[in-house]
Amino acid sequence: MTARLLTLEVNGTTHHIAARDHATLLEVLREDLGLTGTKHGCELGECGACTVLVDGAPWLSCLTVAREAEGRRVTTIEGLAKGPEPHPLQVAFADLGAAQCGYCTPGVLMSASSLLETDPVPTTQQIKEALAGNLCRCTGYIKIIEAVHLAAERAGAASGPGTGGAS
Amino acid sequence: MTATAPRGVVGRPWRKVDALGSATGRAVYADDMYLPGMLIGKQLHSIHAHALIRGIDTSQAEALDGVHAVLTGADLPVAYGIFPVSQDEHALAVERVRYVGEPVVAVAAVDEETAERALALVEVVYEPLPEVTTYEAALAEDGPRIHGEGTGANIHRSNAFEFGDVAEGFSVADHVREDVLFYSGNNHAAMEQHAAVAEMGSDGRLTLWTSTQVPHYVHRTLEKVLEMPAGHIRVIAPAVGGGFGGKTDPFSHEITASKLAMVTGRPVKITLTREEVFYAHRGRHPVLMWVRTGFTADGRITAMHFRSLLDGGAYGSYGAATTLYTGALQTTTYRIPAYRFEGVRVFTNKPPCGPKRGHGTPQPRFALEVHLDKAADDLGIDPVELRLRNAVEPFSETVNHLRITSSGLRECIEEVTRASGFAEQRGKLPRGRGLGFAIGAYMSGAGLPIYWNDMPQSEVQLKVDRGGGVTVYSMAADVGQGSTSVLAAIVAEVLGLEAADLSLVTADTDLTPIDLGSYSSRVTFMAGNAALEAATKLRAMVFDAVAAHLEVPADSLVAAERRVGVDGDPERSVPWSEAVRLAAAAFGPLTASGAYTPPDLAGPYKGSGVGPSPAYSYSACVAAVACDPETGVVAVEKVWMAHDVGRSINPLLVEGQIEGSVHMALGEVFSEEQAFRGGMHIGPSLLDYKIPSILEMPPVESILIETVDPEGPFGAKEAGQGPLLPVLPAIANAIHDALGIRVDELPITPWKVLQAVRDLERGGDGRVGPAGLPDVPFREPLRVELPQQWQEVAAP
Repeated sequence: MTARLLTLEVNGTTHHIAARDHATLLEVLREDLGLTGTKHGCELGECGACTVLVDGAPWLSCLTVAREAEGRRVTTIEGLAKGPEPHPLQVAFADLGAAQCGYCTPGVLMSASSLLETDPVPTTQQIKEALAGNLCRCTGYIKIIEAVHLAAERAGAASGPGTGGAS
Repeated sequence: MTATAPRGVVGRPWRKVDALGSATGRAVYADDMYLPGMLIGKQLHSIHAHALIRGIDTSQAEALDGVHAVLTGADLPVAYGIFPVSQDEHALAVERVRYVGEPVVAVAAVDEETAERALALVEVVYEPLPEVTTYEAALAEDGPRIHGEGTGANIHRSNAFEFGDVAEGFSVADHVREDVLFYSGNNHAAMEQHAAVAEMGSDGRLTLWTSTQVPHYVHRTLEKVLEMPAGHIRVIAPAVGGGFGGKTDPFSHEITASKLAMVTGRPVKITLTREEVFYAHRGRHPVLMWVRTGFTADGRITAMHFRSLLDGGAYGSYGAATTLYTGALQTTTYRIPAYRFEGVRVFTNKPPCGPKRGHGTPQPRFALEVHLDKAADDLGIDPVELRLRNAVEPFSETVNHLRITSSGLRECIEEVTRASGFAEQRGKLPRGRGLGFAIGAYMSGAGLPIYWNDMPQSEVQLKVDRGGGVTVYSMAADVGQGSTSVLAAIVAEVLGLEAADLSLVTADTDLTPIDLGSYSSRVTFMAGNAALEAATKLRAMVFDAVAAHLEVPADSLVAAERRVGVDGDPERSVPWSEAVRLAAAAFGPLTASGAYTPPDLAGPYKGSGVGPSPAYSYSACVAAVACDPETGVVAVEKVWMAHDVGRSINPLLVEGQIEGSVHMALGEVFSEEQAFRGGMHIGPSLLDYKIPSILEMPPVESILIETVDPEGPFGAKEAGQGPLLPVLPAIANAIHDALGIRVDELPITPWKVLQAVRDLERGGDGRVGPAGLPDVPFREPLRVELPQQWQEVAAP
C-alpha cells in the first residue's frame, strides 16, 4: 500500500503525484488531479464513461493502472477544448442535443475525437463502431451520430471545400 | 393556462441552457464534489434474501485507524417510505433483512479503501429465514410473512373496481378474447450511479447534495428520519446523470451520508457502485397480466376485464400507486363502456420495485396492444382500423372518471401509418420481416401529489436585476430531459428575451420555491404553467411602466427581441434594460411569482387519485423488424413514432425524448431483465445486464403532432414517458407479422423466438408465454357510479 511517485502528462501538463501502485488512471485523474470531467458508470470497463485518450487512442481509464500511462500523453475532456474555444464536437453536441444528462458525454466525445483524428469524414458505420463501447441511456445515440457528422462537416468546411458530407 | 401563439423562442429548436456544461466536462455531478476534510462512506449489504439479524459487532471496524464512524440500524430507528401508506423502510436494516443487497451497516473513513477494510471487519450474525421469491410463494397462506410475524400471504396492495356492468358488456359481445402476458422487471440503469454528499454546517444546518429527481421528497424524509426541523436541512440536486424514475425515492445512502456527517462533523460522500444501484433498484415491476375483452362483430369494445399481479420486491416504495397505474390508463385510449380492474402487489425477498419511465403503465399497455392485435386477427379487422373504431374522442370522460382534454390520437395513428407505409406492407413482406403497430397515452403530471395537501404543486419565482437580467427560481430538477431549458424558454418567450439572458437557479430547497419533482412527466406542464404565470405578472408590471413612459395604452405593447414597445412600431419602444428600470422606479422590487395547482380531477371513489392528469399525451408507433428464424435473433430496422406533445416547446428536446424512449423500450423488449436465482441477482453489472449499444439502435422517425392543449403552457403536454409505451407491443406485433409467432413474455430472447417458431412448425399455435395467473385472492370490486355522460349512454 505504499505510494510511489508517478509522473503523468495530462492535457499537456506534467504532474508528479504520489499514488499507490494499483491506483487506476480514473482515480488519479479525478481524485488527485481534480479532473472530474472524466466520469465512471461501472468501474469494470462496461460502460465507456471513463474513456480518455492515451497517445491519441481511447482507453478505459477505470481499467488502466495509472502507472501504465507514464511516459504517454493523456488527454481528458478538460483538454479537448483549446482554451475557452470548445472543440467542434463539443459545439455540435450542444447544438443538436446530443447530450441529455451529459454523464456519458465526456467519454463519448473522447472516443469520437479519436475517430475524427483518424477518419475526418467518417461514415455512420464507422461512427457506430468507434462508439460501440460507450453506453448512453438518454439519447438513443441518434443525435450523437448526427453531431459527429455535423462536427466533421464543419471541420471540413473550415479546412477547405470538398470534404464535407458523410453517408 | 394558455397564452398567445409564441413568436420568440418557444417552438424553435435551440441548444439547451446547460448543453456545453456537460459537453466540456464542467457540469458538477454529486460524485464530482470534493469538500475539504471529506470522508468517504460505504455500506455493508445483506448477503441473505431473508434473515433475522441476531447481532452486529462493529468494534473491530471502529478501532481501525482512519475510521470515523460506524452506523447500524439502531442509529436510524425511524421508518420511512415515499408513500404515507408505506412507511416500511429503514436506512439500515433493523432486526431483519429482506433482500440480498439491503444496507445493514455504514461506515465513514478517510478514504474508500479504509472504509472497505472496515466493513470487512464488521461481523453480522444472521439467522436465515425461508426465502419468498416467486408469485406462488408470496401468495401462499402457509409461507413466511416478509412484513410482520408468522405465516400468511404477502399481499402489499389489493385494488378492484368495476365501472359499468361488465357481465352485461360481455353478454352482448359477438366475440370475447382472453390473453395472459408477462412483463419482466428491469432497471433504469441511468449512467450516473447515485451519489450523495452531506455536510453539517457550523450553524447546525445540514446540506445534502444528491443525485435525485425529487429534492422535496428527500427533504421531507430527512426531516422525519433525522428528527430535525425541515428548515435546518437543505437538499440540493446538482447536475443529475439521468433518472428515469430511479432517483425518485429517498434512498438509504442519502440518509446514512447525512447521519454520518452529523456524527463525524465532517463532510461525507457515498457513491453507489453499479452493483449497489441494481440492489437499490426501484425499477419496473414484473407484472403478470390477464385481459379479457368483448367486441361487437365490427370491432367495438363492449367490456374489458383486466387483472394484474405485481412482484413488488421487499418494500412498498411507489407500489401503492404502481398497482393502480396498471389498471388506470387503459381507458384513455379506448372507449370502454364497461371496465373491471383487479390488481394485487405482493412482497418478495428481492430489491424493491418502483417507478420507471411510464410508471406501471408500460406493462398493461404491452398486454393491451398485443391483445388487440390478436383480436383484430380474430375479427378479420385491420389492427389500425380496430384502434380507430375504439379511439377516445377529445374532450370526453372515460368510464373510470378520467377527464380527457386535447387528444391527437387519430392524427398520430394516421400520420405514423402513412409515414411507415403500414397498410401497404403489413402482411406482405417476405418471411422474417414484419411491421407492427401500437398506440399509447401518458399523463402530463399526476393530478394528485404523493402526500395529500392543497398547496400548489409547482411555484416559480422571478427576480429582475437593475441591468435587466432575470433570475428564474424553481425546485424542478433537470435530470437531462431539459426541464430547466423548458422553463427558460417559457419565461424568455413571455418577456421577449433569449434563454441565454436568464440566470437559472433550480433544485435547491433553500433557494427555490416548491416543485414536487421530476416524475410523472409533470415539469413542463406544471412548473411550466407556474413560470408562465410568473412571467406574465412580471411583464404586466413592465408594460404598465413603459406604457406610462411612452404615453400609450399598456395593451398595445409587446415584448420581443429584447425590447418593449408598440407592436410594429420600433420608434415607440425601449430596450428591455430600460423597460425594467422604468418598472423598478414605478413599483420598487421587481419580483414576481407564479404557481400551478391542477384542477380537482379525482373521481368519486377511493383509489381515484391515480390516473387523473390535467392532460394526456398520445402516441402511435410502427416498428419494422427483421427476424432470423434459424437463430431467433430479431433486429429492429426502423421505428416510426408520432407523438401528440400538445405544443413542442423545443423540438430538439422532444425528439430526444422520443429517441431515448425507443432505446429504453428496445432494451426492455430484448435484453434487459432484473433476473434472480432465488434471491440472488443474476448479473448486477452492465456486462450482464445489457442495455442497447449504438450498434443495436435503429433509425427513428419522429413525427410531432401539435394539438395545443387548452391548459398546457403554450399548449404543451408531456414528451418524456409516453413515447416508450407503444414501442414494446409494436415490436411484439411486428415479430408476429414476420414469423406468425407470439412471444407473450418479455424479454423476447432468441431462445423464446426459436421455441415459438418450432412450436408453429410442429402444428402448435406458435406461442410462448405464461399459461395463466396463479390463484390470486383478488378482492370484490368496488362498484363505481358511472360519470354523467356514460349514464346517458347506458340508458336505453
